[in-house]
Amino acid sequence: MGLNVKQASVVYPTADGRPPVEALQKIDLDIVDDDFVVALGASGCGKSTLLSLIAGFLSPSSGEILLDGGRVQGPGADRAVVFQKHALMPWLNVLDNVAFGLKLQGVGAEKRYDIARGFIKLLGLSEFESARVYKLSGGMQQRVGIARALTCDPKVLLMDEPLGALDALTREKAQELILNIWHTTAKSVFFITHSVEEALFMGTKLIVMSPRPGRITHRFDLPFSRQFLDGAPAREVKASREFIALREEVLKIIFSDEEALA
Amino acid sequence: MTEHSYPNTQGKKKGVLFFLMKARATKPGETYGVPGQGETRLLSIASILFIIFVWWLVTSMGWVKPLFLPSPQAVFGKFIDVWNKGFTNTPFMEHVGISAARVFGAFLLACLVGIPLGIAMGMSPFIRGVFDPPLEFYRPIPPLAYLPLMIIWFGIGETSKVLLIFLSVLAPVALGARSGVKSAAIEQIHAAYSFGASRWQVMLQVILPSALPEILTAMRIGIGFGWTTLVAAEMVAATKGLGYMVLTASQFLQTSTVIMGIIVIAIIAYAFDLLMRFVERKLVPWKGRM
Repeated sequence: MGLNVKQASVVYPTADGRPPVEALQKIDLDIVDDDFVVALGASGCGKSTLLSLIAGFLSPSSGEILLDGGRVQGPGADRAVVFQKHALMPWLNVLDNVAFGLKLQGVGAEKRYDIARGFIKLLGLSEFESARVYKLSGGMQQRVGIARALTCDPKVLLMDEPLGALDALTREKAQELILNIWHTTAKSVFFITHSVEEALFMGTKLIVMSPRPGRITHRFDLPFSRQFLDGAPAREVKASREFIALREEVLKIIFSDEEALA
Repeated sequence: MTEHSYPNTQGKKKGVLFFLMKARATKPGETYGVPGQGETRLLSIASILFIIFVWWLVTSMGWVKPLFLPSPQAVFGKFIDVWNKGFTNTPFMEHVGISAARVFGAFLLACLVGIPLGIAMGMSPFIRGVFDPPLEFYRPIPPLAYLPLMIIWFGIGETSKVLLIFLSVLAPVALGARSGVKSAAIEQIHAAYSFGASRWQVMLQVILPSALPEILTAMRIGIGFGWTTLVAAEMVAATKGLGYMVLTASQFLQTSTVIMGIIVIAIIAYAFDLLMRFVERKLVPWKGRM
């Protein structure tokens, strides 16, 4: 049960007789229970393609994606997506943005605002309920995006570099916020990032991907987010000996991929 | 050419051009602003007053004959005269009313047809394929060129007049709406789909609101074309209207009436543009900010 990616490949045919591009090659991945799966990899390794596949924006050339045993046919509210940016509706205020998904599903005004307010509170946005989203800071816009994704009670939360556009300080705070929310809601999460430190700190499972063809080359189980949720201060976790050792190991893998490409 | 003519930024002499182009603080505490920032209202009023002053000067000094350019007082006097007595036995407000009805009627029709057509062209390759050639074919043709056809096909009545203005507004409005469809970010569209939205919901709740800023701009451009075409539309078999008034007056060398008519058209068009800008600020305050 949960989400299972089975032998999924994405192949783009190319013109003029060159060999087709394999964006993803026979990916196997399980995201079950309260897994927090983080994907890392050099650019072009197919992280975002994998997320699009799970979200249903893209269908696999071969293989399949199963959610609780049923085949994923297209996008759906059971797999909510948080994007890096540009995904809010500037013509709606914060409350209406958060309630946007429920509105699309035909939930009545009173009920959807009720639900939306709950998540607005969870993300600490209560004061900004009627604010225009384009006037908010990047960090707050991202919190609106997360609240919106949570309203429809998804089974899996897909996050495509949600913190990539934030400044370092806001980013660390947002990491802690996301971990706390993950802990509260107990969702499965699939999270893409470019930051090795972020990946190690947040995930329970790490997959490292390599380009050409896009594939999973390494898998790690991570203890760090649990340590944080059990009360260890975030900086202390990130400065621990085993954290640094693993960080260097993963960096080495990614750098060698980048060099192979250059 | 051996010497280039860039303004010498090191030298002490700095010309007017240099002064106008120079980057400078736009607000206290801000060293360099976005080019083009700053308040312009006072300058605009000064510019209008200056034009009227020069106009007054050249006419009252007798440098230009009244036949070519009557004085501002004469034009204003003509306005009062026509306001009180009408023009060719028709009250002034009826001329204004009939022209406004033609332009705004045609504009409204063009929006009702052009906006859905443009959106459909943006959304569907089929509709784009069908309607792109005819639109692009007639768009660059001056309305005066197909005015005779309109008259042959639709007679000398109101239909051909409104249709001529309608056509001149239709193309810019449709093309604006068409390119507005591309304003929605793929992330916004994907977000809606991931909540289980239908194609129809995506169009109404994501693509349409995103396109609104461009549609409003297209409407502003479109109404401009409408006023431009008014005089052409009232060239044949009109007995009322501002365009008719200007054309008739010009045949009798009543230059003051011609200028008065031009100014009245300009003022109505400008007032409507101000209204549209107000609507823009109210409706799409997020324009260009996300």
